[in-house]
Amino acid sequence: MNPIIETHGLTKYFPVQRSFLERILSRRTDYVKAVDDIDFGIAKGEIFTLAGESGCGKTTTGKLILRLIEPTAGKILFEGTDVTALDAEGLRRLRRKMQMVFQDPYASLNPRMRVGDAVGHPLQVHELASEAERKDRVLSMLTKVGLTPPEQFANLFPHQLSGGQRQRVALARSVILEPELIVADEPVSMIDVSLRATIIDLMLDLRRELGLTYLFITHDLAVAKYISDRVGLMYLGKLVELTDKSEFFSDPAHPYAQALLSAVPVPSTERKRKPVELKGEVPSAINIPTGCRFHTRCLYATKKCTQVVPPLFERKTGHWTACHYEVDFQENRVLHEIDYGKKP
Amino acid sequence: MPLLEVDSLTTVYHARRGEVKAVDDVSLSLSKGEILGVVGESGSGKSTLGLSLIRQIPPPGTVVSGRILISGKSILKLSEREMLALKGRKIAFIFQDPMTSLNPVKNVEAHFVELLRTHEHGISEHDAIGRAKEMLRILGISPERIRDYPHQFSGGMRQRIMIGLGVALNPDLVIADEPTTALDVIVQAKTLDLLKKLRDAYGMALILITHDLSIALERSDRIAVMYAGQVVELANSNDIQNNPNHPYTQGLMRSIPNIELTDQRLQAIPGTPPDLLNLPVGCRFNPRCPYAMVHCHKATPLVQIGENHWVRCFLYGG
Repeated sequence: MNPIIETHGLTKYFPVQRSFLERILSRRTDYVKAVDDIDFGIAKGEIFTLAGESGCGKTTTGKLILRLIEPTAGKILFEGTDVTALDAEGLRRLRRKMQMVFQDPYASLNPRMRVGDAVGHPLQVHELASEAERKDRVLSMLTKVGLTPPEQFANLFPHQLSGGQRQRVALARSVILEPELIVADEPVSMIDVSLRATIIDLMLDLRRELGLTYLFITHDLAVAKYISDRVGLMYLGKLVELTDKSEFFSDPAHPYAQALLSAVPVPSTERKRKPVELKGEVPSAINIPTGCRFHTRCLYATKKCTQVVPPLFERKTGHWTACHYEVDFQENRVLHEIDYGKKP
Repeated sequence: MPLLEVDSLTTVYHARRGEVKAVDDVSLSLSKGEILGVVGESGSGKSTLGLSLIRQIPPPGTVVSGRILISGKSILKLSEREMLALKGRKIAFIFQDPMTSLNPVKNVEAHFVELLRTHEHGISEHDAIGRAKEMLRILGISPERIRDYPHQFSGGMRQRIMIGLGVALNPDLVIADEPTTALDVIVQAKTLDLLKKLRDAYGMALILITHDLSIALERSDRIAVMYAGQVVELANSNDIQNNPNHPYTQGLMRSIPNIELTDQRLQAIPGTPPDLLNLPVGCRFNPRCPYAMVHCHKATPLVQIGENHWVRCFLYGG
């Protein structure tokens, strides 16, 4: 794999806000371990999905990669350059190559800026085009994202657009600089179901035409299955499973991945998959369980799981899992302990 | 006699720019113990329909015509007082966000005791607490936590407590408006399992309002598909899945990703849902419909095409 982006030990702890009284009574500061020592890479042209439930750290990871927030520890390499070591000017130049699309197209567009100005704004900020040139590029970009006739859309304000159209504007704005990487954080979760597919297909078209790479962040595994090449699943700040899409959906090895997949609703009156019962709910990210973070809910947890953090280990070529055991999910039993010395 | 009969219900919001018919000429019925899924995208009128059934439409909305019968009794004619009694005993409503419906300064015990003692005259506090503990056990929450306050519970537990409060008086009908939308999938599945378990145990009918057709298909006996204020298709869940007749339902089925399929091709419905203040003439779906014909500019009637199957579309007569 020739990665466009790589993370090494990427970590982000947020200090917990406390009241004055609590601060004078205790000297200890608590941290929310939003992202804790994660490693992954994304190949050029790939759609890599970070999946997980709310609070798992997927959005924080996306923001760290663009350095919208500073990591507590770890490295982020973009085409070999350490993003975390860049100064302001270096970062500004890098931002042209990495852009973000947010979940809420109602909040991510300036309500007082016309569509044409919003889409052309990045060109202006980076001083990349004359005014006439900018206008041309904006119009051709609006056409590309399906907002036609572009002259008409360029003059509208965001409130005159539907949610789907707004998300198209956000996409046009993020790709007008011809970036290499787009971090898309739940880009379709606020879009009505009947229109979601158009936005997803537009993202796929843009990848083909512009050679984009995506970091796609979602809680919706059905959408992940449709769009991704590879999937990384996070739980409480850790990557627990990382593999090809087909492997992830057909042969998940982590008990959490197994449970999550079994709970996804299917447009059918007959459920083929057997639902997996899980104990409790996701613990607070402030009081993270010792050992494997999932052990409090895992059906197969042993004493070892409560003490030793399982590493993200490559069991099969290209299939990484952070669990001490090989589990037969059909038979509901542990087959054997993983031998971390054995390479695939 | 069906438990619930809704006949030509129309609910209107009076906005400055005009009148919005949020629910337009909706008719449906529900038997005892049945689960009806009401599916629609934002602005389809599904939530307004639910609120109309308990006469709790926020102003400036009003029911302008139609009838709502519960066990044969017209609820639109009831006084506020009679309605209040009915809401406790016969109908319960579960909202999407439990934090806005639970009182943050009252513990769980106080919620249950107040509810039971308001509606069941003569029940002692001791018995009410006993009933509350029993309910917590059914909800999968330790009865020892009865003195805890709403903020001490997780989102999923809070929603289960709301559900428990909803069914505590053993109502005939529970209306749940997006009860699991704020929850993660694992907790969502558990919560929906709980609703079904309670239905099986208490025999109440359930209206499950959701934007997610997958949830409706998995969890309901029948489904009403809403579009721009109208029910466009009403059928058994099996028929919605295998034999959808309205072009909108067909489009929805093709646009939903299915995790059990590989190499699925999604097909979105072209266009966008209409502006409710400026509805298309005739069939509201006609600007997006692949089969639209001249006819479709006339008002579309709901046509019966099978024993339990109704479609609002000219392709099937009318």
